[in-house]
Amino acid sequence: MAITVRIPTVLRPAAGGLAVITGTGSTIGEILGAIAAEHPGVQPQLFNADGSLHKFLNVYINDDDVRYLGGLDASVADGDEVTLLPAVAGGAA
Amino acid sequence: MTRYASVLDLIGNTPVVDASALSPNPNVKIWVKLEGRNPAGSVKDRVAYSLIRAAEADGRLTPGKPGQTLIEPSSGNTGIALAMVCRMRGYHLKVVLPSNVSPERRQLLEVWGAEIIDSPGSEGSNGAVRMAQKLAADNPTWVFLYQYANPANPLAHYTTTGPEILADIPEVTHFVAGLGTSGTLMGVGRFLKENVPGVKIWAIEPPSGEMVDGLRSLEDGYIPPVFTDNDGANLLDRRVVVRPRESLEWVRKMAEIGLFVGISSGAIMAGAVKCAATIPEGEEAHIVTIACDDGWKYLSTGAWTDDLDEVVERAKRIIYF
Repeated sequence: MAITVRIPTVLRPAAGGLAVITGTGSTIGEILGAIAAEHPGVQPQLFNADGSLHKFLNVYINDDDVRYLGGLDASVADGDEVTLLPAVAGGAA
Repeated sequence: MTRYASVLDLIGNTPVVDASALSPNPNVKIWVKLEGRNPAGSVKDRVAYSLIRAAEADGRLTPGKPGQTLIEPSSGNTGIALAMVCRMRGYHLKVVLPSNVSPERRQLLEVWGAEIIDSPGSEGSNGAVRMAQKLAADNPTWVFLYQYANPANPLAHYTTTGPEILADIPEVTHFVAGLGTSGTLMGVGRFLKENVPGVKIWAIEPPSGEMVDGLRSLEDGYIPPVFTDNDGANLLDRRVVVRPRESLEWVRKMAEIGLFVGISSGAIMAGAVKCAATIPEGEEAHIVTIACDDGWKYLSTGAWTDDLDEVVERAKRIIYF
């Protein structure tokens, strides 16, 4: 088992064109940090200057928003799927 | 009371039905508030009427005065509800509508005489919002109520939907609803948090960011001002994505217990069921959810009748939430 990280279209150019990356780490912060270390261009799209999660980036562990699970400290286990999605206007509006 | 002076008096006071037959946990009740019972067919009747009354109260609109035009971005339900209210008040409504909504939504706008301005389907609601913002800026005489930022949107739910829920289900422990403009969640959520100690608020959303392919960079992202103005990040307790397949599976399961509701209501029920599954054994809970509209506007998607795999593929290309 591994941790799968799904990269949205808008971030792929900075992430080596990859749609799926194997995550390394036990928290969201570690996993995103490892991706940013591997693909430095993606760093400013994942994090704000103060190191917090980019305001227009939503991160989900198995479809659960990590902002309500402890943010960057949210735990990720083997077999989990992490999905990154841009925050956009959506819904039945 | 069963006699009403105006169709507008039919807005709100919707019924709540026990859908616990779908609960995975025998100690957890799931209640569904049927917003499709509103006269223009959705929860957005409350919002549209509130937006119009607020604009009339502050003098931006005057009932009966000729030549008044409104513009609003909508993926359907707000536009439809506004179209009804505008027709009754004599206002001309232009709705910026993503081209990939179900044909029934488009037809309903036409029923009440709204003018439709198409925005690119690939840009989803995001594209409709941007186009409406630009058109409003270019045409300052048009009234732009801007449901995504207008306090009258969550206020409608704070003053009507929330109190109705508390009156009908005073035992409420959880409220689960869809996240679009965030008006329902912010208004009901704030009302319940002020009145029900310990109540939890769950937001359900479609994977919109996956479907929008018109984004050039993350800086094109969008968070509704209604969400930030109401400190949504702290008001919500959980936020969960529900994908098209799950939404459609649950909309079908709801039909099995007699509930013919729109596809977003299936997504919200899927979320309510996830919520029910988190309640520890032996603990009781009452989850209240919203069925935003009925199923009529989605018959053309084949949601209940066609092969599920085909409908899922189709649903990925239309805005159903």
